[in-house]
Amino acid sequence: MPNNPWLQRQRYLVDFTIGALARRKGRNLALLAVYALIVFVLASVLLFSQALRHEAAMLLSSAPEVTVQRMVAGRHDLVPAAYLDQLAKIRGVADGRGRLWGYYYDPAVAANYTLLVPMSDPPPPGKVRVGATLARTRGLGVGDVLSLRSHEGHPFPFTVDGTLSSESALLTADLVLVCEEDFRAFFGIPAGLYTDLILTVRNPREVTKVAEKVLRILPDTRPIVRDDILRTYAALFDWREGMVMVLLSGAILAFIIFAWDKASGLSAEERREIGVLKAIGWETSDVMALKLWEGLLVSVFAFLIGYLAAYLHVFGFGASLFGPVLKGWSVLYPQFELTPRIDGFQIFTLFFLSVFPYALATVVPVWRAAIADPDAVMRQ
Amino acid sequence: MVVNPAIVALAIAALVSSLLLAYSAAFGWRLVRTWDLSSGSELQLGLERHTYLISTLVAFVFAIEAMSLLLFVYNADRIAPLFVGAMCAVGTLNTSPFGFPALLVKVLVFFAASTWLILHHLDTRGYDYPLTRLKYGLLLAVAPLIVIEAYLQARFFLALDTDVITSCCGSLFGASREALGSELAGLPPGLAMSLFYGVLGVTLVVGLATRRWPAAGYAYALLSALSFAASLAAIVSFVSLYVYEHPHHHCPFCLLKSEYGYQGYLLYGPLFLGTALGIGSGAVRPFARVPSLSDVVPPLARRLTNVSLGMFFFLVVWVCILTARSGLVLLGNEGV
Amino acid sequence: MIELVDVRKAFNQGQHNELWAVRGVTLNLEANCATVLRGPSGSGKTTLMTLIGCLARPTSGRVRLQGRDVSGMTERFLTGLRRQTFGFVFQQFNLVRGLTVEENVMLPAYPLGVPRPELRRRARSLLESLDLGPHAQARAEWLSGGQAQRAAIARALVNDPAVILADEPTANLDTELSHRFLDIVRDLKRTGKTLIMTSHDPLLYQAPEVDRVIGLRDGHLD
Repeated sequence: MPNNPWLQRQRYLVDFTIGALARRKGRNLALLAVYALIVFVLASVLLFSQALRHEAAMLLSSAPEVTVQRMVAGRHDLVPAAYLDQLAKIRGVADGRGRLWGYYYDPAVAANYTLLVPMSDPPPPGKVRVGATLARTRGLGVGDVLSLRSHEGHPFPFTVDGTLSSESALLTADLVLVCEEDFRAFFGIPAGLYTDLILTVRNPREVTKVAEKVLRILPDTRPIVRDDILRTYAALFDWREGMVMVLLSGAILAFIIFAWDKASGLSAEERREIGVLKAIGWETSDVMALKLWEGLLVSVFAFLIGYLAAYLHVFGFGASLFGPVLKGWSVLYPQFELTPRIDGFQIFTLFFLSVFPYALATVVPVWRAAIADPDAVMRQ
Repeated sequence: MVVNPAIVALAIAALVSSLLLAYSAAFGWRLVRTWDLSSGSELQLGLERHTYLISTLVAFVFAIEAMSLLLFVYNADRIAPLFVGAMCAVGTLNTSPFGFPALLVKVLVFFAASTWLILHHLDTRGYDYPLTRLKYGLLLAVAPLIVIEAYLQARFFLALDTDVITSCCGSLFGASREALGSELAGLPPGLAMSLFYGVLGVTLVVGLATRRWPAAGYAYALLSALSFAASLAAIVSFVSLYVYEHPHHHCPFCLLKSEYGYQGYLLYGPLFLGTALGIGSGAVRPFARVPSLSDVVPPLARRLTNVSLGMFFFLVVWVCILTARSGLVLLGNEGV
Repeated sequence: MIELVDVRKAFNQGQHNELWAVRGVTLNLEANCATVLRGPSGSGKTTLMTLIGCLARPTSGRVRLQGRDVSGMTERFLTGLRRQTFGFVFQQFNLVRGLTVEENVMLPAYPLGVPRPELRRRARSLLESLDLGPHAQARAEWLSGGQAQRAAIARALVNDPAVILADEPTANLDTELSHRFLDIVRDLKRTGKTLIMTSHDPLLYQAPEVDRVIGLRDGHLD
């Protein structure tokens, strides 16, 4: 094995390639830079949307399987607690609860907050827990007072009891957790009414049937199935990602042309070198292998550099370059740290969109250079 | 329509592969008509130079096809949640009549390309371009396959329709569709097992027999193809069940996922390789009669057969291990 | 040993600048001889040499190497044969800039995958026999004319070919270096090699070391 001629031949070719690349630093650095840039842009998009996807999935993983909202004249209205009794009777429903939440517009920062009564461990009366972004924007710390205008128009002071950890910052960005009495007093919602009802269904196959039954028993409600939300988000992400890719295809095309040009634009010195190699006994396939190794080395470097840069860009700098497109918009931009996620599928796709076009662009120029006649050096 | 980066990549790859092969086939047509080895004219020299390009392009397309096969399956799995009732790649592929056919043709292209590349390798070992005309003639036959594959894949992607309601009026309309065929029907486990071990057993025996009787090589090639089919049936009918430890989970693609430790690769890798080399070993044997190849064919055929045998043997052993290791009991005695 | 039968070579065939450099040459070259192809520029002597050395294929006619017809061979085989049988020394020497002398000498054996230590040994001993030992690690572009030629000769010898072809070997050398070259010719003949050279330098084709002179004019034998 150590003396395998094929292996030794590859080693010689790689050696020669590295020497050749070093001898033409200028041209190869320019190519490397552009190549790495393309990888950087593509990888950033993929990494970022992957991270967002994960955020959204986390957001939804704690969502209930079925949410039941009451519709009046086609609009979302408060739902009576009495409905819960009927819903609990549906086979497959393991648990049913009422949920209280609502929006509040804060003119001070021109943003919407979500006030929510948590299912467990509510803050004590008069106290609230706020999301990290909200705290940052309003400059709130523990013990500070957040004064909001109640439904009657009076200021309602809340004392900040704590901030929410930003494990999923998208989830908690604008969240204000209150206890039930405060919520009802603040928004003027009497007991016996909830914003919506949530149902826990253990068996995923029964969710649809449960939703159908809800609709039958309570015709003025709208059951929302979590999987449908997941699907919508996924589709939206995919679509956005795909659109960005299509837009980037212009850049990929330009890259292909650039790569082709660089590969074809052999200097006279390079042509002479290839001519000499052919003359002293290298075949066309040897020269092609040489050039293809060159392409491979450049690709590997560009890929690594581009990917690492993208990683830093997305996870270190929050994808500042094009976050808005993929995040959608909200006035409150959470300064969250995206959880780094890499997956093989993504790298595969990236490879397809960067290395493959490059390899394709260089095949013909490489071949053209390699078929130089061995006697060409003598004809000069 | 579903558009995601992987689909964009696959569509581009299919388009490019088709164009490259169309170009190669056109060249092949020209070559078959005007090839004259005894001539030293510039026309002939030009043809010979061109063959380097074409064979590189075909090798390129082959690599793309192999990767696109994987990416296609992975992507189908990834977008499964978008379809009501689809729980993994199988569901996605079932959303239109083009899904499984596209996959099937992709597999066929893979093997056609691998066989062509093996023949090409053999051709280069002869000193007088012994198989060149034949090779390019074959290319004319393979090229349409890629175009068909690109077409089926395109129809499949275009037909993807998620039925997701983006207005807020009730998601039940989506939910009222019937759950898609997310289950693949498999053979009864006992039958599948006998088929698998039986066919592969015969294949291994015949493969070993080729050392003594080279003519058995043709049978070996045929048996390799049959082993491929038997192995696929086995994976669907019982191997998946053992791996997932679930009597109804037949999906052959979930094996490739990280949840199952990527065990699928240890199954599909050797299977595809073993089959490709097995078919290739049979494809080269007829050319032992060609004078410039008489020394080359026997050792090459032997090497191809040996590696192929190794792959199939590994596959059988691995399936046994998976069976023994599994907590699931299908027939009553395994794992004890 | 090398036989050419009615060999013709054209360039730019079918185009307006079509040129027939060799028009029907029949030749038989023997082993262990030093032959010079002589003629004015444009006579086709360089082209004829490329045909003898299998660097190019004849447009028509046959080339036989030790009885074997090589005209219809694939490039792979022809190149393989060429590597084994022929070593070339070009008029411009054509060493690869940026590589050391030793690496230059080793280049023709790279595609063969010869193990590196052995190849290095071979290169070293060749360079030493040509008085270039101390320059082995020097960059190729630093060599003087005579040294570069000797390096090119070493490169031509690395695969131990039976035939050495040299194109206008004394064109870039002064008289003293030309005599040194003739010494090398003598040594090579002594080791059993065959030499074929093109030249229009009388110092070369009139030298006693040269066994045969073949004249060429307008692509024909004189």
